Amino acid sequence: MHQSRIVITGVGLTSPNGNSLEEYRKNLLAGVARIQMIDMRYMGQVPAGVCDFDPKKHQTRKELRVGTRAGSIAIYAAREAIASSGLDFENYDKSRIGVYVGTTEHGNVETENEVYNISKFDYDTKFWTHHHNPRTVANNPAGEITINTGITGPHYTIGAACAAGNAGLIQALQMLRLGEVDFALAGGVSESIQSFGIFAGFKSQGALGTHETDPNKVSRPFDKTRNGIVVSEGGCMYTLERLADAQARGANILAEIIGYRINSDASDYVLPNPERQAECMHQALAVAGIEASDVDIVNTHATSTPMGDIQEIKAIRAVFGDSPTTYVNNTKSYIGHCMGAAGALELAGNLPSFQDNIIHPTINIEELDPECALPNLVINEPRKVDAVKVILNNSFGMLGINSALILRKFED
Amino acid sequence: MTEDQVQQIVIEIINEIAPDEETTDLKPEVNLRDQMDLDSMDFLDIVMELRKQHSIEVPEEDYPKLASLASCGEYLTPKFNAK
Repeated sequence: MHQSRIVITGVGLTSPNGNSLEEYRKNLLAGVARIQMIDMRYMGQVPAGVCDFDPKKHQTRKELRVGTRAGSIAIYAAREAIASSGLDFENYDKSRIGVYVGTTEHGNVETENEVYNISKFDYDTKFWTHHHNPRTVANNPAGEITINTGITGPHYTIGAACAAGNAGLIQALQMLRLGEVDFALAGGVSESIQSFGIFAGFKSQGALGTHETDPNKVSRPFDKTRNGIVVSEGGCMYTLERLADAQARGANILAEIIGYRINSDASDYVLPNPERQAECMHQALAVAGIEASDVDIVNTHATSTPMGDIQEIKAIRAVFGDSPTTYVNNTKSYIGHCMGAAGALELAGNLPSFQDNIIHPTINIEELDPECALPNLVINEPRKVDAVKVILNNSFGMLGINSALILRKFED
Repeated sequence: MTEDQVQQIVIEIINEIAPDEETTDLKPEVNLRDQMDLDSMDFLDIVMELRKQHSIEVPEEDYPKLASLASCGEYLTPKFNAK
């Protein structure tokens, strides 16, 4: 079956350490993490990644009051992506644009806020807001993008735990190939830092990271003393098009998506399964029609939990153990775990490697855990290589959902 | 409490729920929806804020009485004064 080639032509993002790809990349190459302590309802101070984009850049104050933080992040990233794509958006047929937003969860924040609100009124539900349902329906962040932009094509979210960012991109690729849409906005978002339940859940699970003195060192994948994740907010949206359409309008092509795979561990609610993760990467390579040794960068999903990092390294050894030219890095050491946005944001951090041939390192490693050691793990200092042509982006989530996405530097 | 004071309370609520709207030149006799970008959810917000901030209940059948500032003053003032 002939399948259209799908390319990325724009990117917009907000990450705890940058509100544009340029700022974000600069901080990744300079080793600048940005995690802070925030006050969490019922819990006190917790480390978190907080975004400081200006929401009023693309939204009215009323939109901000009625909508959700996830919606606001999604709108900012989508609007910035559209601008970056160079598309003549105002004159484009908006019924031919699809919006596919990956989310880990949605509605926790808004529900917790309302329960807290009615607690001030003796739990009288007549004080429960009429905004609750539109704020908490699962399509909320994608729907807010359409209301803000006037896009009338399909929109929905893809719930895929922390594999959601990759899943959003994969959904868009498939819809473009099916001809359902001609232009797609896709990626992932997270507002999870406003939900005490997410932090408390990780804490009860023994997976909420801490550091004695420095919030910027809490997220330290592969370090021997790592002890859990940092929950962060963020968003990253891409514009995707069929190659022929992108070329016809003279778009600047950032990369081509050549392979992908989503599979399931079918084994545990929380503990990852390295065999299935390796299988996921193998299958993505098969879809791309390349060998493991063709991959220049593997961006790991590793979240800085004691067990999860080891499991992923086992999977990477199984797939890339024989490849001397595949380098492995991690982005959560700078920005924490951006949940639904993680896969999309971490991929964006690596995209500029196609131009500058520099691989950003994973930082915060004082003593490498021998169980996480790999010969080509890029640690603490950026690594310059001759050429970066292929990036594989891992993104995994609870209930055993695995995703791998493979991008190639665009060559006609 | 006078009708003017009640109208001022309603304007303060509108300033909170529709922060992009200009409320300094509102004509009391003209429907609010003809002067501002207010939707049905905004009117529910006004009802909710009257309930939360002032313990005033507006039953659904009376929502049309909130159409203009003047009708708000006329309808709500007895409720404020009965508190």
